[in-house]
Amino acid sequence: MSQTALQTMERQVEGTRRTVTARADVYERDDEYVVQADLPGVQPDDIDIRYEDGELTLHGRRSACHGECESAPWNRSISSFSRSFRLGEGVASDRIEAEMKHGVLTLHLPKTEAVKPRRIAVRG
Amino acid sequence: MVRAQRDPFAQFFGEANRIQDHFARLLNDSIRTGPAINLWSDEHAFYAETDLPGIDPACLEITVSDGTELKITGERQIEDPQGASWLRQERPRGSFSRSVTLPSLVDADQVEARYENGVLKLTLPKSEAAKPRKIVVKS
Repeated sequence: MSQTALQTMERQVEGTRRTVTARADVYERDDEYVVQADLPGVQPDDIDIRYEDGELTLHGRRSACHGECESAPWNRSISSFSRSFRLGEGVASDRIEAEMKHGVLTLHLPKTEAVKPRRIAVRG
Repeated sequence: MVRAQRDPFAQFFGEANRIQDHFARLLNDSIRTGPAINLWSDEHAFYAETDLPGIDPACLEITVSDGTELKITGERQIEDPQGASWLRQERPRGSFSRSVTLPSLVDADQVEARYENGVLKLTLPKSEAAKPRKIVVKS
């Protein structure tokens, strides 16, 4: 493979690497869903979280540069993270809470009363 | 006409290594090579950045040995939540290690490390002996 072909391939690969799928853990409790997503290098203000029609969408933009490093090969880096999940209609979207720490976004999505498991007492 | 090359095998292996590195990067082979690292330099220092989200900075160990061997080791602990069931589990956990050989000597005592928003940022000042020098030609 010639050097030029390799460089072309590299450019193509990097072109598609700019927005990547954020890796996430999701778990469910009786009363809520919890989503934890890795968004390294993203400031809390640069995260966009939407919940619409039972679908949760996350988008986080990385800051372009950190001060002193003008020679940094930023074109090789990830510039944003994106991810979406279908959680169904049972989420109380007005009570979703989000927290960011050390590049990890944690979302608590409480379930609506209608979908919470209930213990049914048998009258006798 | 085939032009004679100084060392065709060195060139071939150089190319093979580049291709191998390339595919390792494509596959995001973090298990074998450790977390991906961005490394660049200017005339004063080398700069390294690596994405390490959700780590306790106190658990990170960064060493520079022989002036050129940079090694980053650490562990990401993710507790299993109580009374919950997993729907998806993608985030890597456990210990990791990444080593990089720097192209020239650095001043190991002056290395600075910062951990910001889940990104480890290292500044490794070049050793005086390794800095470029302008040589004046005596007439």
